[in-house]
Amino acid sequence: MAKRSVLGLFKDADSAANGVDALKGLGISPMDYDILTGMPYPDGAFGEPHTQHKLFVFPLVGAICGLAVAILVTAGTQLSYPMVTGGKPILSVPAMAIISYEATLLGAILFTVLGIIFESRLPRMQLGLYDPRITEGYIGLAVSCDERLLGTTEEALKGAGAEEVKHN
Amino acid sequence: MQERVELSHRQINQELLAANLKGPRWWWLLVPALVLVVMGAASAAGYMYNRGLGVTGLNRPIFWGIFIVNFVFWIGISHAGVMLSAILRLSHAEWRRPATRAAELLTVFSLMTAAMFPGIIHPGRPWRIYWTFPFDFSRGIWPDVRSALIWDPSAIFTYLTGSTLFVIIALIPDMAVLRDRTTGVKHVIYRFLSLGWRGTPRQWKLQIVAGILLSALLLPVFVSVHSIVSWDFGMAVSVEGWHATIFAPYFVIGAVLSGVAAVVTMMALMRWAFHWEHYIRPEHFDALGRLLIAIALGWFFFFSLEFMFGLYSLEGPEVSLRQMQMFQMPWGALFITFITTAFFIPITLWQFKRVRRNILLMFLISILVNIGMWLERFLIVVPGLMRKQPLTFVWGGYTPSPVEITLVVASFIFVALMVLLFAKVFPLIPLFDIKEGQVLKDEVQVGRVRVPAVMREE
Repeated sequence: MAKRSVLGLFKDADSAANGVDALKGLGISPMDYDILTGMPYPDGAFGEPHTQHKLFVFPLVGAICGLAVAILVTAGTQLSYPMVTGGKPILSVPAMAIISYEATLLGAILFTVLGIIFESRLPRMQLGLYDPRITEGYIGLAVSCDERLLGTTEEALKGAGAEEVKHN
Repeated sequence: MQERVELSHRQINQELLAANLKGPRWWWLLVPALVLVVMGAASAAGYMYNRGLGVTGLNRPIFWGIFIVNFVFWIGISHAGVMLSAILRLSHAEWRRPATRAAELLTVFSLMTAAMFPGIIHPGRPWRIYWTFPFDFSRGIWPDVRSALIWDPSAIFTYLTGSTLFVIIALIPDMAVLRDRTTGVKHVIYRFLSLGWRGTPRQWKLQIVAGILLSALLLPVFVSVHSIVSWDFGMAVSVEGWHATIFAPYFVIGAVLSGVAAVVTMMALMRWAFHWEHYIRPEHFDALGRLLIAIALGWFFFFSLEFMFGLYSLEGPEVSLRQMQMFQMPWGALFITFITTAFFIPITLWQFKRVRRNILLMFLISILVNIGMWLERFLIVVPGLMRKQPLTFVWGGYTPSPVEITLVVASFIFVALMVLLFAKVFPLIPLFDIKEGQVLKDEVQVGRVRVPAVMREE
C-alpha cells in the first residue's frame, strides 16, 4: 500500500496535543508522524516520545582526534627540524600543551557541529509536506499513513481542532 | 525584569526581518560610504606594503605600536560576545534573548579584524602569513611551537572557527523563517542555508543542546585566547611592565570589560537603527549595567595588583617605567584619561538605576569605557618598549604615522561594515529565542500584586 503524507495545521499547542492523541488512537506509530513548530517547545509538550540522541559522544571523539593531531604535529614538526631556541628542549611539554589544548577544543567543537547536523537529520533535500505558516506560530502535524487511512487521518486531525488539513 | 509587550509570531517575524526583507533606506547610503573608507584604508595598507614598514612610526626600540595595541583591543572586544552569550545561555538568564546574537557577531567580526593586524598588517609582508602554519613540507622548516607568537594564531584560529560555527548553527532555524517569507533567488539561497529545517522536536532539542554544549566548549577557548595574547607580552622577560605573572587573568577580565561595554554600544545602535524598542528594552541595559559593575570592579582589582606587584619588586627599571607611565607627559595625561574613562566615571554612573536605564547615557559610557581600554593597551605596549637602556642609540620615542592611524580608524569602520552587511542578509536577533520567551512567560499572583515570571526552559 502506498504511503501518503497528511499535514494538519493547529493554532495552539493544546489542539496539536489533541491531534497527537487522535493519531495514537488510530494506532499510528510515533515514527510515522512529526510535529513541526516555529519555536522550541518543552520536550513532550505534545505527548510525543522524548527525543533520544547521542550528541555527547561527538565532542569526546573530536577532542581525542584533536589531541592526537596536535601531539603529532607539534612533536613531528619539532623533531623533523630540531633547532634549539632559547635553551629550551626540542620537545617542550608546556609549549606543546598549549597548542594541544587549543587543538583538543577545536576538534571537540568541529565534531559537535557535525554531530548537531547529523543528529538533527540535516541536511534534508526535500521539505516534504510543509506550510510557511508554521514559522508564523502555527503548529504542523505531519503524518505519513497508508492510503486507505488517508480519510480517517484527516478526519481525526480535523476532529482534534486542526484549522486546515492538506495531503499530497 | 520583564517589561516585554505581548507580540504575535507574525509581528516578531515582520519586525525582526524588516531589515532583511525590505532594508532601511539609510543602509544603502551608509554601506557604500563605509566601503569607500575601507577601500581607502586598503590603499594605505598597499602603500605600506610597497614602501615597507618605514612609513609607520615604528623604529628601534619600539617595534610594537598601535597596530599591536589595536590587535589586543579587538581581541578584547571579541571576548564579550561568546562569553556573554555562553554564560547567559548556561545560566538560563531570561534577558539574554535579544543580546546573544549581537554578542556572538561582535566576537566573530572583531576577531577577524584583530587577526588582520598581526596577520597581514603589522608584519609588513602578508604573503608570508603561511609561515605560521605547519604545511610547508617542501622546505622542511616548521613554526617554532615554543614561541608565544605561534600559540597565538592557534588560539585565535580555534576561537574564530568555534564562534563562527556557533553563530551559524543558531542561524539555521532563522534561515527557515526567511525561506518561508521569500521568493525567487532569495528563496533558493535561504532554502539552501536552512538545510531543509522543518522544526521537529528532535531538531529543536538538538538546537537547544547545541547552544549549551558549544557554549561550554567555547568558554575554555575564550579564557585561553586572551591569556595567550597576554603571554605574547609576558614571555618577553626583558621588557619591564610586560612580564607580570598576573597578566593572563588581568588581560581576560580587561577583555570582558571592554567587550561587554561594546555589546551595550551595539545593542543601543541596533535599537535606534532598526526601531527594535519592543525587543531591546531599558531592562536589558539595566542588567548589562549591573553586570558591568561587577566586571569593572574585578578588572580594577587585577589592574591594582599588577601595578602594585610592579612597584613592590623595587627593581629600578620597573619603578622608573611606572613613574614614566604616571608622571611623564604625554603618558601621564593618557594614564589619567584611561583610568577615569575606563573605571572611575563608569563605575560611579552605573550605580544609579536611572543611568543604567537611560540608553543614551549607557551608550556614551560604553564608548568611554572602550576609549579607556584602548588607552590601557597603548600604555602597556609602548612605554614598556620605550625604556632607556645603557646605549643611547636605543633611546627612542614613538609617534604613530598617518598610515597607522588610518588603518586603526578603518578597523572600527570595517567592523561596522561587516555587521551592517550581516544585518542585510541575516536577522540580528534570534527569532526563535524571542518567540520562546513570549510563550514561556507568565504572571504569578503574590498577595495583591501580579508579578511577571518565566518558566525555566530545559
